[in-house]
Parts: sequence; structure tokens; C-alpha cells
Amino acid sequence: MRVKQLSVFIENKEGRIAEVTSIIAEVNVNIRAISLADTSDFGVLRMIVSNADQARDALKKEGFTVGETDVVAVKVEDKPGGLNKILHLIESSGLNVEYMYSMARIIDNSAVMIFRFDKTDQAIDVLTKSGLPVINKNRVTDD
Amino acid sequence: MDIWDPQKESMKRDEIEQLQLERLQATLNRVYKNVRHYKTSFSDIDFMPEDLQSLTDFNKLPFTTRQDLRDDYPYGMFAVTLREVVRLHAPSLGFEKPVVLGFTKNDLNCWVELMARCLSGVGVTKDDVVQISMPTWKILNTFGIQRGAELIGASVLPVSIKNLPNQVKIMRDFRTTILVTTPGFAMGLINAISSSGIDMITLSLKQGIIGSEAWSENTRNLIEKNLHITATDIYSLTEIFGPGVAWECHEKNGLHISEDHFLPEIIDPVTLEPLPPGAEGELVITTLTKEAFPLVRFRTGDLTSLNYTPCGCGRTHARISRISKRTDDVFVMNATCVIPDQINMIITKLNNGKEPVFQLQAERKKDRDTLTVIIEVTDTMFFDEIKKQLLIVDDIQLAISEFLGWNVHVKFVEQGSIDRKKQVLDNRSL
Ligand SMILES: [Zn+2]
Repeated sequence: MRVKQLSVFIENKEGRIAEVTSIIAEVNVNIRAISLADTSDFGVLRMIVSNADQARDALKKEGFTVGETDVVAVKVEDKPGGLNKILHLIESSGLNVEYMYSMARIIDNSAVMIFRFDKTDQAIDVLTKSGLPVINKNRVTDD
Repeated sequence: MDIWDPQKESMKRDEIEQLQLERLQATLNRVYKNVRHYKTSFSDIDFMPEDLQSLTDFNKLPFTTRQDLRDDYPYGMFAVTLREVVRLHAPSLGFEKPVVLGFTKNDLNCWVELMARCLSGVGVTKDDVVQISMPTWKILNTFGIQRGAELIGASVLPVSIKNLPNQVKIMRDFRTTILVTTPGFAMGLINAISSSGIDMITLSLKQGIIGSEAWSENTRNLIEKNLHITATDIYSLTEIFGPGVAWECHEKNGLHISEDHFLPEIIDPVTLEPLPPGAEGELVITTLTKEAFPLVRFRTGDLTSLNYTPCGCGRTHARISRISKRTDDVFVMNATCVIPDQINMIITKLNNGKEPVFQLQAERKKDRDTLTVIIEVTDTMFFDEIKKQLLIVDDIQLAISEFLGWNVHVKFVEQGSIDRKKQVLDNRSL
């Protein structure tokens, strides 16, 4: 149920994101989801890719600092309150969402959100018990 | 461990001082007669070499700085004619600080003799294979170490190749027992060994003589553990001859400086007053036997202290403490002395004991001095959550600000973006 996310430290200067994506493209790895969180000095680029190990090695070889974190992909119903339902459930279980972003691809005609929870295992447990569609790793990363 | 020259290395203190006084008088006479710089600087304070009656009179003499050596480039500081010089070294030619050293035949003999003391002091015998792995621009300075090892009867293997895996293969195939290198190179070798898949058991390494750059006890532990060796420190001073000016014996409790050839002093780098034994300050060295390139009260820029108590190894020559910082990089800001090494310690502590790559940038904005501590991010300091990333920035910022007593700004940058040769960038136009 866990999906491996890569995070990359980048300075706020022109062209750095393109640099990262082109290194990944060069090793024939696809980017499934991407989001940037930034401050005035630096940013953290987070990505779900088709081959995390390969992308990580390629980036490290080019001198980037790369982190790996487990995140959870959840299908969100495309109707009012779809996202709210998930957030409410997590909050009432005493868990926290550290950050979230959406995936570029549609799975089974639904939008998919990537969640970083403070307690990943417990969050997966709560979501599946409530019948919320947590997506398998392979369906997120594979073609 | 054998003492190479017990008669000299274990002299009584009063005998050392008597010998130093005699040799100092000879040195002062020679430089006064042959080197314009010294003639002028002695005359400026109305000092004649024969005025020197005791070692305490010596305190009056002016210091010699790197700038003086640069001003008299190339041959101005030579105390003999070029005809008597048999070897020339220009270790930093082409860099910002050109220095040309000369050696007479006698100078070379002394150098080799001193290196034999150093090498046998750490246990080199005629059965050893000594591999000298130095970056190309430093290999020249190891001429004395090479000859010293030969004098002992050891086999010497100087390798100045950059390719670390090849260094490891040479080490294995030639059954190297002693490695002379820099801390940076030693750390690189550790990585090369682990990625080459070579089993440490197949290496014969037992001892590392490590120097040319400052290195911490932490690094020593790492090197000893990973290379399965005893690692001792060696102090290098380009203006004298390079590595080997002082060296650690197996007691690992300070670096012996051969007092029959050098007269060390410690001064306060700001007031320039001499400091008592044990006090930390700038190391000042006077050469006592050098003929071609003698130095009188040369300011090394290195911070250390002197210990005159006889050592557990049986030697009586003074020991300097390990050098971890240089006065060159110390700067004054907001009425505080900023020492990069102390900033390093603070960051290392907050980074689980891992030393950071960082740079201090001083600027003057609207008559106010500001300091930015630029740190290269590493795996141990990088988080996917901005919140946590900002927290470590804050922690470091707070710790340094509290230490200095005024606020600094901490900024993380990508790996490889700091110029490693510049620990301090002082952009204030003072
Ligand atoms: Zn000793």
C-alpha cells in the first residue's frame, strides 16, 4: 500500500526543476506526480516516479541530495466532499496529513491524491477499514 | 618504538636551551649579514646580533610574515648565494602566494635526518613499505619523507595519481605497511576500498601518517577503524619544508618539534605578546640550522599550544597540540572573534556528529555587519517536510547566534555549491 516518494533539495534558482526532470528523463524514468514546496531560500521537490531507485541513483550521481519517504495514494471521488471525507476521517483518528498533492494520471476514472501522513501504517489501516480506496503501489508507478 | 637519535631527542632541558642559544646567535649573525630584510628590521629596533645574550632577549625581535616572504620573492630571503643552493622548491608557484625555498647540501641532510626521526618515531623500520599518496601538487614536499624512509632502510613508493581505486590496488599488490597521506585522501581511500570490494584482510597496512590539512579526532577514529591502522598526525609548514616539521609519536599526545633545529614560541595573535606554555595562541617558529632559507620568528598562522614536559616516549623535545584551526580564517565582527572551527563544532553537534561543508559570508549593509552561514545540505540534514527543514535551519541559527551573542542567518544550499577553498568570504569593505 505504501508508495515510495523521492524528495530533492533544490535552491531557488532558475532552471533547477528542469535540471531534475531532464536527469530523470535521461534514464527513461517517468514522473507520475510532482509537487514543489518552497521557501525564500530553497525548495523541496517531491515526486512519484516509475522507477524510484533508478531516478534516485541518477540524481545522486549528479550531486543532488535525495530523500525517500513512504506516502499513500488514495482515489478521491470526483464529487463534492470527496476530499473532505478523507481528511475528516484522518483527523478524527488522531492522525495528521503533513502534505498532499495530486497525481497527473487518472486511475479508474478517478482523481488520485498523494498523502504524506505522520503515521503511515496507521493511516493506511484507518482508510482501508473505512473502505476508502487506497491504491496499490504498482498501479501508481507502472504503465 | 626506537628513538632515532636518542642523544639529541632526549636531551635535558638546560642542554636544549644552551644549544638553541648558540645556534640562534649563529643564525642571527648570518641573516643580519646576508639578508637585507633582516638587516633592515633589526636595525629598525637598534638590534645587533651580538646583543642576544639569552633566549629571553629574543622576544624583542620583529616577526616575519608570509607577506614579507612574498615581498622578497624570489631570492630576497636567501641567506646564501645561489651557487651554494642545491635544491629549489616552489611549492605554491602560480598561486596567490608565491614562495621559493632553497636548500643547501647541509639543509638537505638535516631535513632527511629529521624525517628519519619522525618516521622511526611512529614505528617505520627497514622491513616496511612506505606508500606516499599525495595530491600531485603536494608530492614535491614529501622529498624529505622519501629520503628519510630510505635512510631507515624502508622501501618507498611515492604515488601521486588521482585514481583512488588504483591507489588501493597498489597498496594491496606492493603490500604497503605505512601510508603517508592527507586526511581527505585517507577518507577517499576508505570509500574506494569499500566500493572496490577488496577485503581489508588482504592489505598489510598498519600505520598511517596523516597531515597537510587540519583533521579532527573524529576523523582520526574513522580512519583508524576503517583502515585498521594507527593514525598519527604530522604538521606541515610549506615555508620550512612541508610535512614533518612536527609529528606525533605513539603517545598521540601532541606533536614533537625537533628543538635542536627549531625554536617554537606561542604568541597572542592580536597583541603579539608571548604566551606561557600551555596557553593557546599562534605558533611562531625560528629555524636554528637552516642555511639557505632561515626564518626568524616566522608567524605560521596556526593556533596551538606548547608542552615542555618530557613525553612518555622518552623524548624531551616540546610538543605542540594538534592544530585544528588557523588564525588566517579568524575574523572580528560585531566586536566578537569569529572562529570558523567553533562554528563547525556547533553545526556538527546538531548534525549527529557529521562535519558539514560550510562557508561564512560577512557583509556590511547600512553600516551593520551581517553574517550568513551557508551550509551544504546532506542526507542527514534533509527532510521531505518543509516544516522539519525549517526547524533544523532555525536550530542551527539559534545555536550559532547564542554562541556569538548576535544574530546570524543560516542558509542551506545544494551539495557542491560551496568553494571549498574559501571557508570565509569577508565582503565588508573595511
Ligand atoms: Zn613522544
